[in-house]
Amino acid sequence: MLACVLPFIAGSMADSEFPSSRSDTEDLRTRLSWFLSGAAMVSSVPALILMTAHVGFAGLASESGMTVVEAMFMVAMIWALPANIVLIGAISGGYSLLGAAIAVALSSIRFVPMVAAFVPELRGPKSRKLVLLFLSHFIAVTAWVLGMEHLRNVPVNMRTSYFAGLGITLTTVNTLVVGLVYYFSTDFPPLVFAALFFLTPMYFLASLWGSARDRTVHVAMVSGLLLFPAIHYIAPAYDLLLTGFAGGAVAVIYLRLTKARGRAA
Amino acid sequence: MTWQSLSTWWWPYVFILLAGWLPTDIWRWIGVLIGGRVREDSEALVVVRAMATALVAGVIAQLILYPSGSLAGSSMFLRVGAAAVGFAAYLGLGRRVIVGVLVAEVILISGLSLDL
Repeated sequence: MLACVLPFIAGSMADSEFPSSRSDTEDLRTRLSWFLSGAAMVSSVPALILMTAHVGFAGLASESGMTVVEAMFMVAMIWALPANIVLIGAISGGYSLLGAAIAVALSSIRFVPMVAAFVPELRGPKSRKLVLLFLSHFIAVTAWVLGMEHLRNVPVNMRTSYFAGLGITLTTVNTLVVGLVYYFSTDFPPLVFAALFFLTPMYFLASLWGSARDRTVHVAMVSGLLLFPAIHYIAPAYDLLLTGFAGGAVAVIYLRLTKARGRAA
Repeated sequence: MTWQSLSTWWWPYVFILLAGWLPTDIWRWIGVLIGGRVREDSEALVVVRAMATALVAGVIAQLILYPSGSLAGSSMFLRVGAAAVGFAAYLGLGRRVIVGVLVAEVILISGLSLDL
């Protein structure tokens, strides 16, 4: 009788033990596969356009006298192309550390609403705040657009793994792109440098316009473009900061006028 | 303290961390902490976004009008023209970033090759 019962007990013990350890490895395997499918987004069209922008950034950095390691460090640590070109602009303009930091902070302030809108998409019921704080570093325009598009199709508890794959891969690959382009660019003729440099303003001109959700952003962008030469002529040391404030002011006036008109109508 | 202040090897990295990394990631952390409690359409956010956009637009204008390096010697007319036509192509041909970039580059490279 004992002989009959023993296998049953062993079997039930095995049943109660194995599934949990099996589900742990399975969970890890599922996480890894979601991480990898996030990483695979590196071959999507927005990611490829971002890479050409970083090819341009490598040209800009080397033309501005940065070393290759400094340029790669900037890409990996800051991971925001506008902040990077603002920082290079501030360095070329001889800004103080504080002045450069204020200019960069102003250009990066958009991350507050961007990240605040992104976190509800990213967060699962068990996500820890520390993980979210770490992952937030990888949120920039391209990763944000891709994440907003694809996270909804990922199971809620796998979203942080998926975005870790997407964000970390995108950052790593673009840091390497900057290093490689910079390294090989010593042999490039000046015409190629000129073309690479021009990629950055053109990429931003188009993508900034396209990323706008409302008219005020377009108003701010056009006034920034038009006001900059005049402000640069009057106050070259604070041109970027003042352009930010002036363009913001024009956009606020526009906002008030359209609201007033909306009420009148 | 500027980029040029210290000639030690580590100063550029400290400068990048303090003037680039910190003033960027601090906003991301604030975004996580606020996490969806902010309304996307609140007026303060619209104003902040407008200021940030104008600042980046200023950088775009700076790069086109006062470039450094190989482009510095080229004609301002060519650069502004290439950017304007590229942007018009972006707006007119289905708002694809890649179209605007390529059209501007073709004009710029032909202009530079023909020494305009």
